[in-house]
Amino acid sequence: MRHLEEELEELKNRLLEMSGLVESAVYRSVLALVEKDEDQAEQVLRNEARINQMEIEIDDLATRLLALQQPMAVDMRFITAAIKINNDLERMGDLAVNIVERALSLMHEPVVKPLIDIPHMANLVESMVRKALDAFVKRDADLARSVLVSDDAVDDLRDAIYKELLNFMQNNPASIPQALDLVFVARNLERIADHATNISEDVLYLIQGVDVRHHAEARE
Amino acid sequence: MTHSAGPELKLRVIDLDFYYGKVQALYAINLDIAANRTTALIGPSGCGKSTFLRSLNRMYETVPHARAEGQILLDNEDILDMEVSQLRRRVGMVFQKSNPFPKTIFENVAYGLRVNGWKGKGTLEEAVERSLVRAALWDEVKDQLHKSAYAISGGQQQRLCIARALAVDPEVLLLDEPCSALDPIATAKIEELLFDLKKQCTIVIVTHNMQQAARVADFTGFFLLGRLIEFNETGIIFKTPAKKETEDYITGRFG
Repeated sequence: MRHLEEELEELKNRLLEMSGLVESAVYRSVLALVEKDEDQAEQVLRNEARINQMEIEIDDLATRLLALQQPMAVDMRFITAAIKINNDLERMGDLAVNIVERALSLMHEPVVKPLIDIPHMANLVESMVRKALDAFVKRDADLARSVLVSDDAVDDLRDAIYKELLNFMQNNPASIPQALDLVFVARNLERIADHATNISEDVLYLIQGVDVRHHAEARE
Repeated sequence: MTHSAGPELKLRVIDLDFYYGKVQALYAINLDIAANRTTALIGPSGCGKSTFLRSLNRMYETVPHARAEGQILLDNEDILDMEVSQLRRRVGMVFQKSNPFPKTIFENVAYGLRVNGWKGKGTLEEAVERSLVRAALWDEVKDQLHKSAYAISGGQQQRLCIARALAVDPEVLLLDEPCSALDPIATAKIEELLFDLKKQCTIVIVTHNMQQAARVADFTGFFLLGRLIEFNETGIIFKTPAKKETEDYITGRFG
């Protein structure tokens, strides 16, 4: 079914393009924060529109395929996974923008606290994003599962960061505005990790036809 | 209301009414068929889609008391004024039940060429090969051209009928439920073939299988009780049809 295969290939390529843009946005948003790099921040804001446009294009192509080609089995799972992954990617793009907005706010303020845990958390999150998208491209179930396992560590880091910042705010009330910005950054990073986890669950469904959502046992 | 297709037009049907004796079968059909595209006609049994298709090459003239009123323009020439055998060379037809001649595979394709006095490029053998290639049948029958056409499978016979229709180089190919007697694989072969054929030809296909229309057609028209209810790009018809009757039909809520 040459025609269907060509269309599926196009859908895959567009998703790959979009995941590249989103991976880059997450990476740059962290750079903007940690290195106080305004250029990186601007870049993320500029690319946001393209990510949003691609979400629309991909949904349109996917629904067209469903309507016109009656895909079955793996093809059908691929298209439904593509629609969900598309949504997760767009949300990750939004979260990167949120991080950039906090970074821009912090950039022009004096440093109140050296960043140690947040860059560490960001590295972990970036790695999850990269693995989730790789798992999708390579249809690698083991890689997808490894992302699911990392999610707990990220949640723990976020909780530790909240606790530390809370403590800091109580002892340094003047620094509350900046500390709050950092709390939001930690929250946004954790949300990006959640979306990477969602993508991995969708990839597992695509590869194995098994729905692993909300079932911890199935993750083993 | 005229329904237009975007690109260049091959056929224009204007205010077509059709009667079988006193019974009206088609009411004021206005439809444009785009050149080098596939246009599918869908609708429930008895809706008039086959009647409509057969008016495009005046096949109804074999039916007593059948008459068409209105205009059907092929490249701006009214087909109702044309010499009918000339029309049918330009507008070929493939039927639901494949009907090869009781002759060899070779003769089935060559017959039309011989009857018209073959004066084209190359030999008759080359012309026959070209048609069989275009119909995606050549590889399967090249070593048995002098076997009876009845010796090959149903799907192959249907492709032979397509080759036969293509032999005289028609500008338009009409297909009336060409796959309804075929298994899924044979059907897929013919559907795949249509994608290539439309590069040189304009295709109009009647099908009761709307998934087929969704897969192969650029434009789709929905007929109901002798009227054209909706006509648009296939993507629009199957994603967001404008008329409730269309949506009821394609979602299977019909009746």
